[in-house]
Amino acid sequence: MAEVENPVRNVRWLDPEKKIVLLEAVGEVDLHRSSAFQKALLEPLSRRPQRMIVDLSGVSYMDSSGVASLVKLLSRVRRDNVDLRLAGLTPRVRSVFEITRLDTVFNLYPDVQEALDS
Amino acid sequence: MEDEYKPVPDFPESPIRLSIASSPAHLPVVRATVDSVCELMGFDEAARGDIVLAVDEALANVIKHAYHGDGNRPIEITLRSVVFDGRGALEVELRDWGEQVAQALIKSRDLEDVRPGGLGVHIMDRCMDRVKYTHAPDGGTFLTMTKKF
Repeated sequence: MAEVENPVRNVRWLDPEKKIVLLEAVGEVDLHRSSAFQKALLEPLSRRPQRMIVDLSGVSYMDSSGVASLVKLLSRVRRDNVDLRLAGLTPRVRSVFEITRLDTVFNLYPDVQEALDS
Repeated sequence: MEDEYKPVPDFPESPIRLSIASSPAHLPVVRATVDSVCELMGFDEAARGDIVLAVDEALANVIKHAYHGDGNRPIEITLRSVVFDGRGALEVELRDWGEQVAQALIKSRDLEDVRPGGLGVHIMDRCMDRVKYTHAPDGGTFLTMTKKF
């Protein structure tokens, strides 16, 4: 079976103290790729960041399994007191959040810069 | 006032059919095809997004619940231009030969309960104008979803 491409392309720690981590996701996150997505989202938590920003500006499509991966992450960051911010949702991805009313549950930002500055 | 439906010139009257195996790897191909058909039919960007999402969620449910993750079972997808409630519409029919799920069990869950999973049925209901399940007499299920212009 072919290896599934990981939708999280980059993980970058933005400060010397390694308290803020930025994850850049790309492509389509669906049933085929959501397991790899979830694994990549949870991995940085072992290094105990204070803030996690997930840049979704490169994600052109997300289904409920991708959203479920983010909900799983949300439950983990709430437990660990990590400030989770989702940035740069494209219209189709934002629509899934609105349909499932999760746009009021997550902290959403127009882009990474605003997620950093706010 | 609702826009008057104008048939798309040269859009085929006969249905468009796709046959795939029940592997998640096929989902991007189906999404791209459905998106293109919807664009040709004249759906706007928001409606196309709704239809693509609903078809994708329906296929994911077939793969997970009717076929229990077996990636080598057949799924047929038929796209038709129809009239629904007196208006032009797209009808998407999914046919599987997997386990039939009791219709009473196919329902969306409480969205206030924030937890992973169980959102597919809610998304399909929200994105489409009609979602209808019919058990096939020879096994499996027909799922018919309709979206008006």
